[in-house]
Amino acid sequence: MNGNHTMGNGLLWGLGFALMVAALYMVFVYVPTEKSSGIVQRIFYFHVPVAWVSFLAFFVTFIASILYLWKRVTRWDAVASASAEIGVIFTTLVLVTGPIWAKPAWGIWWTWDARLTTSLVLWLIYIGYLLVRRLATDSARGARYSAVIGIVGFIDVPLVFIAVNLWRTQHPTTIIFEGGLTTSMLLTLLVCLAAFTILYVLMVLQRAGLKELEAEIKHLKSLQNE
Amino acid sequence: MNKALIKIFAIFWKDLLNEFRTKEIIVSVLVFVLLVLVIFNFAFDIEINQSETVASGILWVALTFGGVIGLNRTFAVEKENSRLDGLLLCPVDRAVIYWGKLAGIFTFILVIAVVIAPVFLALFNLPLFLPRLALIIILAVLGFSAVGTLFSALAVNTRSRDIMLPVLFLPVVVPVIIAAVKATGPVLTGSPWSEISTWLQIMVVFDIIYLVVATLVFDFVIEE
Repeated sequence: MNGNHTMGNGLLWGLGFALMVAALYMVFVYVPTEKSSGIVQRIFYFHVPVAWVSFLAFFVTFIASILYLWKRVTRWDAVASASAEIGVIFTTLVLVTGPIWAKPAWGIWWTWDARLTTSLVLWLIYIGYLLVRRLATDSARGARYSAVIGIVGFIDVPLVFIAVNLWRTQHPTTIIFEGGLTTSMLLTLLVCLAAFTILYVLMVLQRAGLKELEAEIKHLKSLQNE
Repeated sequence: MNKALIKIFAIFWKDLLNEFRTKEIIVSVLVFVLLVLVIFNFAFDIEINQSETVASGILWVALTFGGVIGLNRTFAVEKENSRLDGLLLCPVDRAVIYWGKLAGIFTFILVIAVVIAPVFLALFNLPLFLPRLALIIILAVLGFSAVGTLFSALAVNTRSRDIMLPVLFLPVVVPVIIAAVKATGPVLTGSPWSEISTWLQIMVVFDIIYLVVATLVFDFVIEE
């Protein structure tokens, strides 16, 4: 790692930390409570950014998988798999925060609505992605196989969404958006989105870096054995 | 192009001949699918007069699970006696191998579906002659085979491959399952075309996308 890289990383950490603190302050103190749905609506400021990050993560996996199969540079595989791991974590958070919010807001834990169902199907696809990496007979195969799933799985997203949308047309209208977002709500949402996006970038950099170090150690050990 | 077709047919013919001599896949999967139909009947205790609404779901669950088992076998037999290595040594493009295997898999699942559909219709007291159901079956089975050929080639080189295939395959084919179930329902009740055309379109789009994508990435799955 060169000095420049470390400094950029440090800046990103600082910015991420500051934004996350600001996001917490805004969600719990600054933003007014939504009139019709009450205090529970505040989970919205976490739920939406988390959902955004999960889609972003799988998109990054998609692109990095294509680049890996094309260029065969291990760094792309590290980025793709790191992003998939983080995507699964964030999708899990979406699937947990969603019902917590849905129960008081709609009176039900779960509805087979297009967005919910697509998130669930995506979660299942990328758990398969992670399983293949672990269960492939060797790591080079695992990298190739998971890259294929990273591509095939992401292409499925619009198809699943369209199919589920037609299947269940009674889309529960989200109460939050009925009166539109007030300026303070929008501002809070934007700060939260920025904070979570930077958190994602930091996590990918850390995890991908770690994966590269792991690969290097493995390589050095194999040299030692020869 | 013509040469590629001949090569695809050669691989297809090999699989067909193998199946004809061993009867390893079609017979066992047929029995399994039939069992799923029977067990569903106990699970739901289906009254004959409300069968259309549930029946379409039962048919597709049975065919999907049967398809997974059939898919697992098609590449597992290639693993025995290193037949897959032989196939890879053939002086053909990898895409040709994909299409050859696809043709075999498509035929096997289609045969199973064609045998099981009348049995299913009879068991649930539905009209036996439904040409539109045949169209739905062809489109859905093509979608299953397009994704399934790719994933079973992939799963065969993983540990615990029997479970790996369904885990990968089922979430990806969700759009096909939804479309097939929703299109079969109106067909069973004799509703007009307008109620099923959207679902047919979804399956056509799915089939085209996955045939193209799988052809492109198949190379990376079987490369040694």
